[in-house]
Amino acid sequence: MNLMPWLIAVPLGMGFILPLMPKRSPRISDLLANLATLLLVILSVSLLGKTAVYRVGGWEARVGIVLVLDGLSGFMVIIVAAISFAATLFSARYMDRYTARPKYYGLFLLMVAGMNGAILTGDMFNLYVFLEIAAVASYALVAFGCEHEELEASFKYAILGSVASCFVLLGVALLYATFGTVNMAHLSEKIAVVAPGTPAYRVSMFTVMLFIAGLGMKAALVPFHAWLPDAHPSAPAPISAMLSGVLIKAIGVYALVRVMFNVVNVAEVAPGMLYALMVLGTLSMVVGVFLAVGQWDFKRLLAYHSISQIGYVMLGIGLGTPLGILGGLFHLANHAAFKSLLFLTAGATEYRTGTRRLEKMGGLGQKMPVTAGSSLVASMSIAGVPPFNGFFSKLIIILACVEAGRYGFAAWAVIVSIMTLASFMKVQKYAFFGRLKEQWVRVREVPFVMQVSMVLLAILCLGMSALLLPGPKKAFLDPAANVLSEGKDYSSTVLTAQTTGDQIVVSRDMGEK
Amino acid sequence: MVYPLCVLLFLVGLYGAMTQKNLIKIIISVTIMEYAVNLLLILIGYRAGGIAPIIDRTYEGATFTPVSVDPFPQAMVLTAIVISLGVLALLIAISLRLYHRYGTYDITEIRRLRG
Amino acid sequence: MKGMSIIVRTVCHWVSAFIFLYGLCIVVYGHLTPGGGFAGGVILACAFGLMVLALGKESAVRAFPVGSASKLDSIGALLFLIIAILGLFAGGGFFVNFLQKQHPGEEMALFNAGIIPLCNIAIAIKVCASLFLAVVVFSVLRVVGGGSDDEFASEEEE
Repeated sequence: MNLMPWLIAVPLGMGFILPLMPKRSPRISDLLANLATLLLVILSVSLLGKTAVYRVGGWEARVGIVLVLDGLSGFMVIIVAAISFAATLFSARYMDRYTARPKYYGLFLLMVAGMNGAILTGDMFNLYVFLEIAAVASYALVAFGCEHEELEASFKYAILGSVASCFVLLGVALLYATFGTVNMAHLSEKIAVVAPGTPAYRVSMFTVMLFIAGLGMKAALVPFHAWLPDAHPSAPAPISAMLSGVLIKAIGVYALVRVMFNVVNVAEVAPGMLYALMVLGTLSMVVGVFLAVGQWDFKRLLAYHSISQIGYVMLGIGLGTPLGILGGLFHLANHAAFKSLLFLTAGATEYRTGTRRLEKMGGLGQKMPVTAGSSLVASMSIAGVPPFNGFFSKLIIILACVEAGRYGFAAWAVIVSIMTLASFMKVQKYAFFGRLKEQWVRVREVPFVMQVSMVLLAILCLGMSALLLPGPKKAFLDPAANVLSEGKDYSSTVLTAQTTGDQIVVSRDMGEK
Repeated sequence: MVYPLCVLLFLVGLYGAMTQKNLIKIIISVTIMEYAVNLLLILIGYRAGGIAPIIDRTYEGATFTPVSVDPFPQAMVLTAIVISLGVLALLIAISLRLYHRYGTYDITEIRRLRG
Repeated sequence: MKGMSIIVRTVCHWVSAFIFLYGLCIVVYGHLTPGGGFAGGVILACAFGLMVLALGKESAVRAFPVGSASKLDSIGALLFLIIAILGLFAGGGFFVNFLQKQHPGEEMALFNAGIIPLCNIAIAIKVCASLFLAVVVFSVLRVVGGGSDDEFASEEEE
C-alpha cells in the first residue's frame, strides 16, 4: 500500500531527469523512459484489487490531500500504464525524425504523471491541478513538430482547453464557497443532506452543469468536440495514441463520472443530469460516425471515431444501471486498447510511406504484414466483430439500454455500430488490401520495436474479451463498476476506515461485496 | 455585490475568447477569464474586518482563527496563478511560431485544417 | 536587440543586483512572511529580465547561459522531488515534514519549519530558470523577409 505515491513520483522524477540527458545520445533517454513506464506497469498491476487511502504529508483529510485507491482508480491506472508502455516502446524508433528527444520524453512522462495524479486524488482542487499538468503537457506535445498544421491545431486545443479549465475551477470555487471543503468524501457527505429547493441545492446543480461543460470538453463530448479532429491527427503517432487512448478518458470521462457519481451522486439527487449525459453521448456517437465516413485522412478519420466511441461510453455510464455502468467501463478499457493500436498502425504506415491520405495508399498489406495484421485486429475490435473485445462491450451497452427501456438509444447504438463497420472496411480496403501501387514497391516493414508494441496491443485486444469470464471479471471489472453504481459508499469507505498507525489507511477489499 | 461583478468579468473574457480575431487578443481574453475566477476564489474567503492570515508573535492558534480571513482560498489561488502562467507562456510561444509560419496573427487566415 | 541609452544602462547595472538580493530575501523568509518559492523566483527572474530589456539579450545570456538555465530548471524540480522522497524514508510518508518533527527550531526564527525553506529554495531555482528561459526565447524572434529557420534551432518549450 506504500506504493501509491510512487505511481505519481516515478514518472514525475524521470520526467525531470530526462531533459538533463545530452541530446547527442538519444538511446539513453529511450531506455530510461521505457524503464519508467515498465515500472509503472509493474506497480499498477501489483496494486490491483486493493483499497487504500493515503494521507500525503501526514496531514488529516480536511487539511491535507488524500490519495484514494479504490476499484475504479486501480482499473484506470492499469489502463494508463499499459498504453503508455506501448507508446514509449513505439516512440523509441518513431521519433527518429524529430529532434529534442529527451524533452519529448520529459513532456510525455509529465503527462503520464498528471494523469496518474488525477486518477488517484481524493480532493477536488488537486484534481484540477493534475488535470492542468496533463493538459499543458499535451498542448506542448501536440505542437511538437512545429509545422504549420501542428501549431494551428495546438493553439486551438490550448485555447479551448484553457476555457474549459476555467469552468472547472469556477465549479470548484462554487463548491468550496457553499460547503466549506474540497475533499471529495466530505463534500459527498454534505451534498447528500441537501434538500431540493434550497440555495445549496441550486448551487450543486449549477456546479454539475459547469463540470459537464468543462470536463466534457476534455472528454470531447459533442458540443465541445471541435478541438479533437485537429489536435489528434497533428500530433506524432505515439502521442495521438496516448491522447485518444488515455488522456480523454483519464481526465475527461473519469473525472466527470467521479464527480457525478461519487461527489454529487446524481443518481439520487438529480436523475435529469444522467439523462443529459445519455443524450450528449448519443449525439457524440451519431455526429462522430457521420463525420467520419467522409474522411480520407487516416488519422482524422480515427479521431472522429474516437468521438463516436466516447459517446458509447457516456451512453453506457449515463444509464445508471449496474449493467450499463459495467458496459461503459468495459468499453472504456477496450477503446483504450484498440484505438491506441489503430493510431500506432496509422503512424507506422506514415513512417514508411510518408502520407496519411487513404487514396494514395494501396495494398500495403503485402509489404507490411505485421502492421496490416494488427490493424485488422483493431478494426474488427472497434467495429464489433465477435471474438474481439469491442463486440462484447457494445453488446453489453445495447443490452443495458434495452433492459432500461430506452429502445431509441439502443437503435441509434446499433446503427452507429453498423456505420463504424462500414467505415473501417473502407480503411482496410484502401490502406492494406487491394493492389500495390508502384510507388510503394520498396516499402519495408517497420523496425522491430514498433512491431513489438503493436503486437502487444493486438494481444491485449484479443485477451480482453476474457475479462468477461467470472474470475477476471470479479477481480477487475466488478470493483470498478461497484464504485460507481453505489456512489454513496465512496465517502463511507474513505472516512470510516481503520488507522494502522502509519500514513496508510487500509479498508476492506472492495472485490468482496 | 462583488460576486456578480466577478461573474461579469468572466463573461467579458468568455465573449472576447469567442469573438476576437487576433491571436494575442484571444490569449488576453483567456487571461481575463482566469483572473476573474481567481478573484472570485479570493473574495470567497473574505471575512469583514479580518486580518491577513500571517501568524506573528501576538497571535496563538486559538486567537488567530476567529479573526483572520480564510487562508485556504489564497493557497488555491497561488497554485492557479502558477498554472495559468505556465499556460500563458506556452500560448505565447505557440503564437510567436504561428506568426513565423503563417505571417499573420489573424485567426481567419490560419485555417489550413478544415473538414 | 541593442541596449538603450546610457542612463538606462547605468541604472540597470545598479538596480538589477538589488532586485536579485530582494528576491533572495523573499525566498529565504518564505515561511515567516508572504512570498515563498514562487513569488521569490519570479522576482529573481525579473532581475534577469531587466538585463534583457536594458542591456540586450547577448549581455543577459552571457551572465546566465541558456544551457545552464535549462539544467538548473530540471535540477530545481528534482531537488523538490528528492526532498519529498526523503520524507518517505526518514519520516514515514511522502512529503512529511521530517525535519520539523525531529529537530524543531524555535518559533518565528529563520531555521524553523523543517523542510519548508528547503522546498522554497528548490522552487525558486526552478521558477527563476524557467522564466528566464521564457523571456530569452520570446526575445529571440527576428523575422527577416520570408522568415528564416535558424533562430529556432534551440527550442525550449515550457
